[in-house]
Amino acid sequence: MSKFMDWVDKRYPLTKVWQEHLAQYYAPKNFNFWYFFGSLAMLMLVNQILTGVWLAMNYKPDAGMAFGSIEYIMRDVPGGWILRYMHSVGASMFFIVVYLHMFRGMMYGSYKAPRELLWLIGMVIYLVMMAIAFMGYLLPWGQMSYWGAQVIVNLFSAIPYVGDTVSEWIRGDYVISDATLNRFFAFHFLLPFVLAALVFIHIVALHTVGSNNPDGIEIKKGPKGNRWDKNAPADGIPFHPYYSVKDIMGVVGFLIIFAAFIFFWPEGGGYFLEKPNFEPANPFKTPLHIAPVWYFTPYYAILRAVPSFAGTQIWGVIAMFGAIVMLFLLPWLDRSPVKSIRYKGPIFKAALAIFVVDFLLLGWLGTQPATPVLTQMARVATIIYFAFFLLMPIYSKIDKTKPVPDRVTGH
Amino acid sequence: MKKLITILSLMVLPLTAMAAGHGDAALDKVDIDLSDKASLQNGARIFVNYCVSCHSAAYMRYNRMGRDLGIPDKLIKEHMLFAGDKVGEPMKAVMPAEDAKKWFGTAPPDLSLEARLRGPEWIYTYLRSFYRDPKAPSGWNNTLFENVAMPHVLYEWQGTQEVEYKQDEHGNKIVEGFKMIKPGTMSADEYDQNMRDLVNFMVYMGEPAKMTRYKIGAWVLAFLFVLFIISYFLKKEYWKDVH
Repeated sequence: MSKFMDWVDKRYPLTKVWQEHLAQYYAPKNFNFWYFFGSLAMLMLVNQILTGVWLAMNYKPDAGMAFGSIEYIMRDVPGGWILRYMHSVGASMFFIVVYLHMFRGMMYGSYKAPRELLWLIGMVIYLVMMAIAFMGYLLPWGQMSYWGAQVIVNLFSAIPYVGDTVSEWIRGDYVISDATLNRFFAFHFLLPFVLAALVFIHIVALHTVGSNNPDGIEIKKGPKGNRWDKNAPADGIPFHPYYSVKDIMGVVGFLIIFAAFIFFWPEGGGYFLEKPNFEPANPFKTPLHIAPVWYFTPYYAILRAVPSFAGTQIWGVIAMFGAIVMLFLLPWLDRSPVKSIRYKGPIFKAALAIFVVDFLLLGWLGTQPATPVLTQMARVATIIYFAFFLLMPIYSKIDKTKPVPDRVTGH
Repeated sequence: MKKLITILSLMVLPLTAMAAGHGDAALDKVDIDLSDKASLQNGARIFVNYCVSCHSAAYMRYNRMGRDLGIPDKLIKEHMLFAGDKVGEPMKAVMPAEDAKKWFGTAPPDLSLEARLRGPEWIYTYLRSFYRDPKAPSGWNNTLFENVAMPHVLYEWQGTQEVEYKQDEHGNKIVEGFKMIKPGTMSADEYDQNMRDLVNFMVYMGEPAKMTRYKIGAWVLAFLFVLFIISYFLKKEYWKDVH
């Protein structure tokens, strides 16, 4: 065996990669519950790619056949319904896991120096994920698929002068049609592999700077020497086997929830699979109420909240994309001297709590019809959303922080 | 921190109350039980005899239904194939869609996924809400689906009923109930029971996998629970020496 590994290592640094990224990669020993979601997000990416490829073997990207081919998968393909539910529930689970992963970063200041680039790569991953999800949602060719895509692509029409040309270029037609379905399918198949590459880059960046932890302490700057290596951080433990076995436990725990949805609640109360999507797309019949899938609704609420001004609706579109840009800027908006919420002051804690409630509120508002009362609420919630980010340089600076200990606490 | 969370959640409370107020018109509850084979078979019988005259179920194959519901192919061929289909084919409407469009003004929708689109309660309420309306083109109207093109196909069973209105405080006409003007061949209970069977069948038809989904799911969850216990102790064993 060792002779074989020698042969390989002379030609490819297999042992070196194994050691650098697993067996001799020292992660802080105090990871808590929130640190499961990174590996779970990777699990979901693999789940989406595998189930997606097998679904594609029976799916027909054709406006006349798409809806029927999904029902063919659900009824006539052996095990097809399991694959389909794993994929449709999986999409929602992927977003839940990623939102929790991002919230973890916000709680423990994982975006702060030296992890700015790690955070930015993560945000690009989030953007690509949203593009994939948006295009994938058209494929079942149900009423909500069709009209949801129609609404979102029409956003680009709000761009002055070139808007109509741009949205026509995206659709390949004057309305969402067979041409749109074909190109969305092509991109929906391609982009997950780009996402996989981005995840690889994300991990390279992570292993360069090292993992943050719930205390926000740089273990590389702390005392050196542990049981495995006299030069490694004293508060670090090898990722393998400690975190590999811990993540296995996290994965199994997560799979229990995932399976419960797949087998007992695949429609997720009309949020994972929306009811109007059980009716084939009909370009002549606009549904009374069009709502995007739940993971887009906070931004959709912001889009609808902004009134048109100077004869154009572009402001809502700008606000919607601006809401995502805010997240990109986070590493430079936070001026606090400490990373973790554990040592931040009451103002930041309150701001983050309000932000979480506000984001959930926006998410709920985005699923509802835009009545005058709800629109007013969405406006207030939008202002709070932006205030959280734009006022952060001020309140994070004046906030009273607690002293950070030298070593990580607990494990 | 905890106090803050409480205050914030109190702020959100009125929202949930508002959300609850939005619901659809009151729908009648219906007891769906996919393990009740007799009910599903009766529902299938009604569906094939009455609904398929005008509606298709383009994603439901006759023999698949037979296999899931315990109806042998021979019986299906003898008693259920009115549209001249083969037993391995999906359910086509007996009436051509163009004719239906001419007669009713609209093509009757495919019913394969109706139970997933509207929900069983909606269909159950709809089937029990037809009333005599001389102003409607077909002579029938429905309190749940105002001015629906479909006539009351099962009036011989249910009987002919008229709607009774009352005025609310704003002077709007609201439906108070129905008055039976000519009883049908079934009692109200019998009719409700048959409609329940029909809706039960339509829930099955919306997702045949539902017959096995829960059973497989229970095994999957049981396996994962055992695996979780093992993985928990494995983690604990490995982490013994981390201090």
